[in-house]
Amino acid sequence: MKPPKFDYFAPDSVERALALIAEHGDHARFLAGGQSLVPMMNFRVATPSALIDLNGIADLRGIRIDDEHRLHIGAMTRTREIEMDAQIARANPLLHAAVPNIAHMQIRNRGTIGGSLAHADPAAELPAIVLVCGAAIQIVGPGGRRSVGAMDFFEGIFETALRDGEIISEIVFPTWPAARSWAFDEISRREGDFAMVGIAAWFDLDASGKISASGLAAIGAGDTPLRLSSGEQILIGRSPGADVFARAAEAAATDLQPASDIHASAEYRREVGEVLVQRCLQTAWERSS
Amino acid sequence: MTADRRLTLHVNGITHSCEVEPRMTLADCLREKLDLTGTHLGCEHGVCGACTVIVDGAAVRSCLMFAVQARDSMITTVEGLAASDTLSDLQQAFHDHFALQCGFCTPGFLTTAEAFLSENPSPTRGEVQSAISGNICRCTGYVPIIDAIVDTAKRRLESGK
Repeated sequence: MKPPKFDYFAPDSVERALALIAEHGDHARFLAGGQSLVPMMNFRVATPSALIDLNGIADLRGIRIDDEHRLHIGAMTRTREIEMDAQIARANPLLHAAVPNIAHMQIRNRGTIGGSLAHADPAAELPAIVLVCGAAIQIVGPGGRRSVGAMDFFEGIFETALRDGEIISEIVFPTWPAARSWAFDEISRREGDFAMVGIAAWFDLDASGKISASGLAAIGAGDTPLRLSSGEQILIGRSPGADVFARAAEAAATDLQPASDIHASAEYRREVGEVLVQRCLQTAWERSS
Repeated sequence: MTADRRLTLHVNGITHSCEVEPRMTLADCLREKLDLTGTHLGCEHGVCGACTVIVDGAAVRSCLMFAVQARDSMITTVEGLAASDTLSDLQQAFHDHFALQCGFCTPGFLTTAEAFLSENPSPTRGEVQSAISGNICRCTGYVPIIDAIVDTAKRRLESGK
């Protein structure tokens, strides 16, 4: 339960971090909050030859809202900072509501948004929120800067669009319409455990009161966080209500790709996923009406 | 570069100097280099909460942080919660409410609760439950622990501390 030996570097700039990872090669890893990587190292599942610690890079931290009301969160911003930030409660209430579900206070005090996305655990909350909001993931690496949409970022279990030597610098959430209806819910055995299934949902209404846009995403129900487009499509053009929500949930459940493991069977996850979609849509609607 | 690093750590108001390998966790450093064995190690992968210490005001897992990462931080361990042989009000409340039996998990509960109460001085019972959800106790059960924390918050508010 002790990690093997490694080199350790604590750069104070992104440029220096990129130079260090280039210098130390294939077996070096970036260290963000360490709440997933360090347990893996303690178990010796991960055995990096060097750690490039990003915690000292001030440029990677911070929360800001730009002139177009887009929310920018630096990759090394801690989960607890997102939880305690009053402006995020307005700028993206769905994100704000999801964050307390992430592990425990002590983990949220160290874990970072960029670290969670780069780790890409299929049961983690932040990847699903980024996905359902259509956020952009800003990346910096040896080839310069690039932006990847959340739909293209998650490629498999612990697999992302990040290439060797790249760092997430910032996550940019699109403007949140003030009237948007939203909800997040998950089922776990105990508070702070990984969700067996979780659902994030939102929808917007047009002037006639019909749903004009919607987002549904699931965690714990596939190799990556999933957009449940079959359910989203049912909602479009219809008036919100229990019948429509039930039909959307039934359709959304067909998009789930759950597996059986020691925590829950695939059948259970599919059933719970459908219930949670319906519950989230109902909660979203009741809260906004 | 895997060799020992000279490190200065600020723990419980005292500045310590020690040499550590980069791979030494903060928990092991506190216990083995500084002889602060009040910080306990249960699971060593961030699940049990026994190793919780307060780093710059925030409760963190000292098994998931390397000592070299704490070099500029102010650290409080269970030994720093009260002066020498006395008990803090929170520790006294744990005693009064029978909030410990074997005591293995207690340092983690105390540090977690102390950091939590500094952030939220007037918590609801539900908020206290949530705050200690990352700490596992195998013998006392959680009810007396929650009672002790709620009682401490109440007493501190009454006394204006």
